[in-house]
Amino acid sequence: MAQPVISVKGLSKKYRIGQGKKKADTITGSVINVLKSPFTNLARIRNLAKLNDTDDSIFWALRDVSFEVREGEVLGIIGNNGAGKSTLLKLLSQITEPSAGEIKIHGRVAALLEVGTGFHPELTGRENIYMNGTILGMRKREIDKKLEEIVAFSGVAKHLDTPVKFYSSGMRVRLGFSVAAHLEPEILIIDEVLSVGDAEFQKKCLGKMEDVSKNGRTVLFVSHNMNAVQTLCGKCLLLSGGQNVMIDSSDRVINTYLHNIGSNYSWKSESLDKSSDIENIIAVKEIKCSQSSAISLDADFFIDVLVHSMSDKAGLLNINLFFKALGETAFVACSKQELLENGDYLFRFSFPQNLFNNLNYQVDLMVVRMSTSILLLKEVLFLDFIDDGVIGWKGEFPGYVRPQIDTTIQKL
Amino acid sequence: MKELIHYRDLLWFLTVRGIKAKYAQSILGVSWAVIQPLFSTLVFTIIFGNLARIDSNGVPYFLFSLVGLVPWTFFANTLTDSSSSLITNAAMINKVYFPRLVLPLSAIFSKGLDFLIGFVLLIIFLVVYQFTPSAEIILLPWLILVLLMTSLGIGMILSAMAVQYRDVKHAMTFAVQLLMYAAPVVYPTTNVPEQYQWAYALNPMVGVIEGFRAIFLHTISFPYQWVLIGTVISVSLFVFGLFYFRKMERVFADVA
Repeated sequence: MAQPVISVKGLSKKYRIGQGKKKADTITGSVINVLKSPFTNLARIRNLAKLNDTDDSIFWALRDVSFEVREGEVLGIIGNNGAGKSTLLKLLSQITEPSAGEIKIHGRVAALLEVGTGFHPELTGRENIYMNGTILGMRKREIDKKLEEIVAFSGVAKHLDTPVKFYSSGMRVRLGFSVAAHLEPEILIIDEVLSVGDAEFQKKCLGKMEDVSKNGRTVLFVSHNMNAVQTLCGKCLLLSGGQNVMIDSSDRVINTYLHNIGSNYSWKSESLDKSSDIENIIAVKEIKCSQSSAISLDADFFIDVLVHSMSDKAGLLNINLFFKALGETAFVACSKQELLENGDYLFRFSFPQNLFNNLNYQVDLMVVRMSTSILLLKEVLFLDFIDDGVIGWKGEFPGYVRPQIDTTIQKL
Repeated sequence: MKELIHYRDLLWFLTVRGIKAKYAQSILGVSWAVIQPLFSTLVFTIIFGNLARIDSNGVPYFLFSLVGLVPWTFFANTLTDSSSSLITNAAMINKVYFPRLVLPLSAIFSKGLDFLIGFVLLIIFLVVYQFTPSAEIILLPWLILVLLMTSLGIGMILSAMAVQYRDVKHAMTFAVQLLMYAAPVVYPTTNVPEQYQWAYALNPMVGVIEGFRAIFLHTISFPYQWVLIGTVISVSLFVFGLFYFRKMERVFADVA
């Protein structure tokens, strides 16, 4: 039995969230506030790093998380936005200190939380490779040895001696990942870095990560890309609201995650219409997809959105679902308009088979009221499509969608 | 400390980056390291030497202030640069683990080149004016060590403070200008009343600058007393700075 290389016990991390300032309602009051402000500022800034449990401005980014990772394991970490994934990675890579609990790590850790950290726009690509590599903990000699490989992988050989400020953003990302990909740590920690870059490069990166894990090194991988998690990771950790929900084989964890994703309320919601009080008009109660795991391309399915209308004043409403893939909006599904009265309403969006491509789609939900968008909920669903080859052509299709178009062929 | 050795290549590249980035896309490039002390010296010579007629211990005022300005410019520049080093690299602190100490250290080391250039400039003028350094030149490394320890000590304290209190950044820009008058850059220490000179020498830069003058210009005999006081202070600053930095380091990523 392999030794645990990472063991985490009762790990917690709290942060302070901003407190509203008291406002004075008289001129004298505000003058006094201005005079007092250096002192209140001092107290506030001092407290940035000091946290008391009694305080109600405390936010627990992680609470009592425990798990173990054994040597050579590839652990996926999934969860909604704000579930504490990034905080966990920051703690594991020693960027911040835990508020409670302990982490034991055996081996050299390299954390890739961002691509191209330390790049300086005025320096050339070559200089930045050295810069970035040493920040990540490589020695100069190591980089000397791997320079050719790094350059070849990044595909920016021609521009190696051009200052990085003249690079396109894609080139910068490629260069950054190439450096990181050639680290040889015992433990590799990777945050969602693949969401940038084109599909081809993403593929290359995933391939590289597979190589790394095949070499028996331990990898921790955070992603919203369920396909990638499923192929790369044997085990998965599901976080929700800063707590460890389950740790098990990837298939089971991903299933649980996709199944429950619509039923909790940690969506990033953005109120678009500042003038009206959205909370008193409408609330989205549940978003659910009829398929709980990866959806086959030739299956039809539906998405249910349950909304609660608070008053008869809600008026003419419709709901739009934005399907995003590869960082772009692939298409928008709009519901019909409905005059809502007080009560619950179910909006069912039915999708035909052979519409989606085998990608991961992120779904944003927008509520539109009388031609004005009033509410935007981001990343309410993640849909994952697999190509099980029933259509005949199994392989890559470019594009955001992959509809089957009826064609007739006639000899004239 | 062991980590710092592992990351010494990073320290080197950050230092080089600091130098290269500073002079990138400028016409005069490294010549700026000559222009800055040279023009300050000229202005000081005209205002303090010719107009205010400040005593310069019997040597040409131009040389008198240049010898003071070379170590002072290094000191002042390292203060401003190291104090902001953590803030300007906040993105790095938030994303990667590495010994944070390399940031203020590299900020100070990148100023070493400017110091060296200023020093060469000084030698050239000494040759022109036909001054030969005294035998105490063997003590020059001591003076430079005191200068470096002071810069590092204050640099560590200020950079760690600046992460949490941005006031440091605002204060530094003008504090550095004012501080120059608390050091014997434009006037000699002999102008300070004798009974207060020991207190004045608590500023480590006093020993350094007067030491430089004693060696190169023979203004006074080598001020062992002032340099000793300065050494004690600079070592204490350095040790305190190191501990303070290590203590604050743990919360950098949370407040930066």
